[in-house]
Amino acid sequence: MALQTQHPAPGASPAASTVPRPKANKVSALLHRSPRLRLAGLITAPAGWLVLVYIAALAALLITAFWTVDTFTGKVSTVWTTDNLVTVLTDPVYQRITLRTLWIAIAVTVIDLVLALPMAFFIAKVASVRWQKLLVVAVLMPLWASYLVKAYAWRNVLADGGLLEWLGAPIGLESPGYGETAVILTLSYIWLPFMILPIYAGFDRVPDSLLEASSDLGAKPLTTVRLVVFPLLVPSIIAGTIFTFSLSLGDYITAQIVGGTTQMLGTVVYANVGAANNLPFAAAVSLVPIAIITLYLFIVRRTGALNSL
Amino acid sequence: MRLSRSAKAILGVVTALVFLFIYTPLLLVVVNSFNADRTFGWPPRGLTLEWWGRALDSTGVREALVSSLWVAAVSTIISLVLGTLLALALLRYQFFGRDVISLLVILPIALPGIVTGIALNNMFTTILGVSLSLWTVVIAHATFCMVTVFNNVIARLRRMQGGLEEASADLGAGVFTTFRLVTFPQLRSALLAGGLLAFALSFDEIIVTTFTIGAGDTTLPIWILQNLFRPNQAPVVNVVAVVLIVVSIVPIWLAQRLSEDSVGIGAARVKAKEG
Repeated sequence: MALQTQHPAPGASPAASTVPRPKANKVSALLHRSPRLRLAGLITAPAGWLVLVYIAALAALLITAFWTVDTFTGKVSTVWTTDNLVTVLTDPVYQRITLRTLWIAIAVTVIDLVLALPMAFFIAKVASVRWQKLLVVAVLMPLWASYLVKAYAWRNVLADGGLLEWLGAPIGLESPGYGETAVILTLSYIWLPFMILPIYAGFDRVPDSLLEASSDLGAKPLTTVRLVVFPLLVPSIIAGTIFTFSLSLGDYITAQIVGGTTQMLGTVVYANVGAANNLPFAAAVSLVPIAIITLYLFIVRRTGALNSL
Repeated sequence: MRLSRSAKAILGVVTALVFLFIYTPLLLVVVNSFNADRTFGWPPRGLTLEWWGRALDSTGVREALVSSLWVAAVSTIISLVLGTLLALALLRYQFFGRDVISLLVILPIALPGIVTGIALNNMFTTILGVSLSLWTVVIAHATFCMVTVFNNVIARLRRMQGGLEEASADLGAGVFTTFRLVTFPQLRSALLAGGLLAFALSFDEIIVTTFTIGAGDTTLPIWILQNLFRPNQAPVVNVVAVVLIVVSIVPIWLAQRLSEDSVGIGAARVKAKEG
């Protein structure tokens, strides 16, 4: 670091012709001498962007929740009030929507957990190494297909005379149609890979020798799962539930596409930004999922799950 | 733990069924884009290319495609620059507030998309009084795409040795020359992978986009949402959906070939912010 930028004498070494000689660049020399300036040059743009665009926006959201809308002009007016929050928390309509959203998020999480556990176990512990790689990629690929397209795909599946009805007809099952059940099914479908991956990683970290030791000591497979595998897996399971739970909590597109008249918290937020044009109220509603997720993260923090995210 | 043969078989069957559950709806969209029946009755009574033709002819679809490509390209370029600068700063220097900033960069993907969406909408319309347009979409997308580039570049920088850069400086190369001839070539594939991920992420993003796009503008996902409930457009929506699947999966597949650490569980977290 003590070295100054020096121009090599022309032709001083054979390599000089291939390495371009730095021009007499004052900026470059200055930067070379001062690490602090180099750091400032690197950090200013990205940190400035994050703070000015994102942090400022979040802070503004929090403040806007305490403002009102002028009923005549339809513009946000900076009159302070807690009415928005009080309405969200005490009005039975919004209480019901909050509870329904919570119920949907919990149902989705449980369904995904039930589907992901045996599958992740099979991929991590039963499948051969070659299959294992292939199956992981097979889980990853649909994860990258558009979220919108996946919800739309379920609109196709659930449609009148669609695939599900055709499949269900021989056994007397009907398509649930568009509604709350459809929302739960579709959200479980969309977020399933986010549950499989952390649980798979969790199983993969449990050494085979541990399972063998348990079996050598006389434990049946189910006992091994209960006493050895499960305790080691808890952080991974919680990591998976964070995804499925919080992603479902903020959803509104799926509710719009397959939900029929089902309203979730996201639906209310969206309606108030658009048609109803009441941004302060939308901001107040959006604080509910933020609060629930923060609370959930706070509860699970002690399990160490946040490190396996 | 020794599993009996039948236990293994049961687990295998369950896994196969879940995979069937994962892939069937996506395949159904692909098949339905050729389904002659307007209401997608199953099984299809006939196959047709009519909807693909109509999608190609539709000016609405073409304009939406151009907007989507433009938004994705510009946000990718911005996130490439910002993500690289940030990764270099965080890995090479110790400074006050370093931990806060490394948390900050993940925040746009840690919070639900609807929060990011409404926060930016509120910022643009209420606080700044800017009218929404494709540019506001670009600003929103770049904010969460930055992290894909950041993740890829920082993973690569960790594996790189600083010695080469010092040697370059010792041999008289200036700061910029060293970056151009020594650092950048080593980062190239990580940048390509991160850039492809950012592009795919932006191209099919819907939630943040609905909150930040101007009234007269459409991207492909917005076009789908607007035409979803119009019965006579439904077949064309299927075609556009297939295009979205292909255009988002191909870059991911390429990115995975380029960089082993780009499409793993860490990257899934990035994708998670879509919700």
